[in-house]
Amino acid sequence: MIPPGADYLRILPELVLTFFGILVMLADPLMDPHKDRKPIGILAFVGAVLAVSATFIQAQHPGLAFSGMVRVDGFAVFFHFVVTVIAAVVILASISYMKTQQIRAGEYYGLILFGTVGMALLSSAIELVLVFIALEISSISTYVLAGFRRRAATSIESSLKYFLLGSFATAFFLYGVALMFGATGSTDIYKIGEVLRNGNVPTLAFVGVALMIVGLGFKVASAPFHVWTPDVYEGAPSPVVALMSTGPKAGAFAVMLRILFAASAPGWFWLIWVLAVLSMIIGNIGALVQNNVKRLLAYSSIAHAGYLLVAFVALPKTGEYNYGISAAMFYAASYAAMNVGAFIVISHFGSLNERYTTLDDYAGLGHRQPILAAILTVFLLSLIGIPITGGFFAKFYVFSAALKANLVGLVIIGVINSAIAAYYYLRIIVYMYMREPREGVPVTRIPAGLGFSLAVALIVTIYLGVVPGRVLDFALRSAQEMLR
Amino acid sequence: MNSSALNPYILTIVTFIPLAGAVLLMFFPRRDRDIRWFALAVSLLTFVLSLHLPAHFVNGQQGFQFEINLQWISTPNIHYHLGVDGVSMWLVVLTTFLTPLCVMISWKSIHDRVKEFFILLLVLQTAMIGVFVALDLFLFYFFWEGTLIPMALLIGMYGHERRIYAAVKFFLYTMVASVFMLAAIIWFYAKAGTFDFVALQTAIQAGQVPGFATAAPWLFLAFFVAFAVKVPLFPVHTWLPDAHVEAPTAGSVLLAGVLLKMGTYGLLRFNLGLFPEQARSNAPWIIALAIIGIIYGALVAMIQPNLKKLVAYSSVSHLGFVVLGIFSFTQMGLTGAVYVMLAHGISTGGLFMLCGILYERRHTYEISQLGGLATPMPVYATFFLFTVLASVGLPLLNGFIGEFLVLAGAFQAKAVYGVLAATGVIWSAGYLLWMYQRVFYGKVKHDVNLTLPDLTAREQAALWPAAVAALVMGVAPLLWIKAIDPAVRAAIQPVVQMTTQVMGR
Repeated sequence: MIPPGADYLRILPELVLTFFGILVMLADPLMDPHKDRKPIGILAFVGAVLAVSATFIQAQHPGLAFSGMVRVDGFAVFFHFVVTVIAAVVILASISYMKTQQIRAGEYYGLILFGTVGMALLSSAIELVLVFIALEISSISTYVLAGFRRRAATSIESSLKYFLLGSFATAFFLYGVALMFGATGSTDIYKIGEVLRNGNVPTLAFVGVALMIVGLGFKVASAPFHVWTPDVYEGAPSPVVALMSTGPKAGAFAVMLRILFAASAPGWFWLIWVLAVLSMIIGNIGALVQNNVKRLLAYSSIAHAGYLLVAFVALPKTGEYNYGISAAMFYAASYAAMNVGAFIVISHFGSLNERYTTLDDYAGLGHRQPILAAILTVFLLSLIGIPITGGFFAKFYVFSAALKANLVGLVIIGVINSAIAAYYYLRIIVYMYMREPREGVPVTRIPAGLGFSLAVALIVTIYLGVVPGRVLDFALRSAQEMLR
Repeated sequence: MNSSALNPYILTIVTFIPLAGAVLLMFFPRRDRDIRWFALAVSLLTFVLSLHLPAHFVNGQQGFQFEINLQWISTPNIHYHLGVDGVSMWLVVLTTFLTPLCVMISWKSIHDRVKEFFILLLVLQTAMIGVFVALDLFLFYFFWEGTLIPMALLIGMYGHERRIYAAVKFFLYTMVASVFMLAAIIWFYAKAGTFDFVALQTAIQAGQVPGFATAAPWLFLAFFVAFAVKVPLFPVHTWLPDAHVEAPTAGSVLLAGVLLKMGTYGLLRFNLGLFPEQARSNAPWIIALAIIGIIYGALVAMIQPNLKKLVAYSSVSHLGFVVLGIFSFTQMGLTGAVYVMLAHGISTGGLFMLCGILYERRHTYEISQLGGLATPMPVYATFFLFTVLASVGLPLLNGFIGEFLVLAGAFQAKAVYGVLAATGVIWSAGYLLWMYQRVFYGKVKHDVNLTLPDLTAREQAALWPAAVAALVMGVAPLLWIKAIDPAVRAAIQPVVQMTTQVMGR
């Protein structure tokens, strides 16, 4: 059976990304191997921007596609948009990064595009096997990307560690899918939902859900599946960290939301509750003692996964699950903006071989590079959750959803954690503005491409902090759509 | 055009002009002289515009005035709701009055990163005014947190040796305390569906907030902690001496003059306004802490070898009076508390300016390094004496009125409160006058002090307004009190009702 034409429009962003990915791979060998890969980067950027605009066409065609394997709804479009924007911003920031690192490899951009296909597909796939494939597409690309600083041992370590633990985790997920199929006789998330709502819930389903949560918990770097995070983030190239700390995470959270809510998966409340609390506490305590900025933000990303999981357990008795879901969506988007921004600043400041990544290197940055320091400060304040930044409303929505569900204890834990977190983000700001600059750390101009990508991250962060209403309304509507 | 046509917009204008000035400053070339003049012009303009408020304020009218209420964010339902009553109006004017003085006092002492300094100062001003005019809890929290970052940066970037320690301590104390307030604010929204102060107040009084009865003690504490740290109330005052000693002069002036008042203002507006019952039942231990603060602050000030730290501890003592006045729940006590807030802002602001002027010449705050300064610097000594007397509470100067009213209110509430607090007045006369004697009288002990230049015209320009304000506030308190009185009456009405109900049972 040949699928109807509209089906292709429903996966248009993925198609555009794949097309440009192949184009990049074809163009790369034609270039002089000793020349910088800027043109390839621009080509990939064009592809990513077209993919962003393709999400608008996709949004015009809601519905099922490819025999019910893909479902386009507001929820899927939201995450498609977030993920493709992340890809575009990261590619743009990578161009100057690759130049300073003297890495001449066009496949880098190809891998980002292919990886983004997986991340995007995660939010629209409703067939668990397709979810698994999407997960693998996004993971395998990021495994390779993590090792792109070939000359640095830490980068190789990062790639290998991520690969070994990552494949282990996807195996867990696959096992969970198999058990779920055994329990319900289907791999379609919505059909599973019908079965689980209408009959007795078999024990196997509980095990299946738990295993899937383990697999996805690894992808979103939530404790206790977080041990890989600091090492991987430290070794991987900074723009890649910007990508993998936001894109695959957003995708994995999207899958988790669909499986847990649309499939009415049973018995996960306390499981996620514990994951959320552990992630917040371990992430924040771990970050307190870090002296490497990349490691610090790695622990912070564990903590943020925890805050986001708080939104999952916000299940009011009235059954209005869309508050929690929309809060999680908003959090994923605003976390993406501020974290991508922070890592782009780090990538620029790191110089050749990412030499300058310790806190001492950031001393006096406010003196030497006032604009860069001011921008990083905004992202850090957003990560703390200070008003007029997206991070504030993200936390606000999550905690108010939790309070609606009467989870006062969890909110108190979360609030105390965000107070602890203020300390270590503040440490970076203190180093930048209140310490004397260190000798020999260079002052570098901000290249145009990088400046533009920073501007995008900055504008989104502030936009979400000043007028969050429209985004949240959209998230609320699409959460309802997703549940239907 | 009739100038009262401005009424709905004046608060927005006054609040955001400093911010607009800060944004313009960002694009200024780094010519320090222009930057200083521009900052002065912006702050003076804000002050002049803020005088519109007392000029058009209708005394005796119930509720808030100069209100503006627009929707800002639809989900959650957050409004841009501004308005002032007699209390917050004068606090706004206090803020706009002190900021130009801060600009003038920082004229020479800040010579590195001048542009950033004045940008931070103006941003801070917008946030401070915002705190006093916001009537939407969310908006209030917005501005409340907004004061934190510029102030911490001012301390951390322009302070003295231990500035980083002081800045981080200040930030963490306030931040940790205010997240509890945020949790309470979110609770209100989750249950009542609104952030609007006025709407919440009516909903609570009508008993329309589900679960309020059980949660109220905790909510009260959550708000109280945030404000108590800011005031600062004993025993959470320990950040204050560090912050004051390390801060640049302008930072100290605004910290003592305005930021501490945000705490007492919060207690008055929210703890009394939203939780009259809890305010009443918790009053005894809060008053106890306030009295401990009055006496402890005074005793510690007595033995300080550091001039600036002495003034800082005197703030702990004075702010104890404010809290005592607020929780005495008497008309006089509350009016006095508000008056002490204003008077303390001017006289302690003045003292910090004077300390800063001395530091520019001598680079020390150690009292042992000074002595006999009245000989080389007679004009300076006169200003200092005047300000010290205002702070001590000499009749006909501003400190007297407020302290007298607070003590009268405390006696009315319970005689023992009044007796204990009254000793604080004696202590404050003791440590301030003793300090004055050691610094200014006697022989000049250190030769460097012989050649200290007296006040320049610019420094006098910064000090004269404060001195005149101190005198006028002492001679004609009615100018202020007639606006404060009705606001205060509205604030204690629910508490008093509560008390009579309890007694009637």
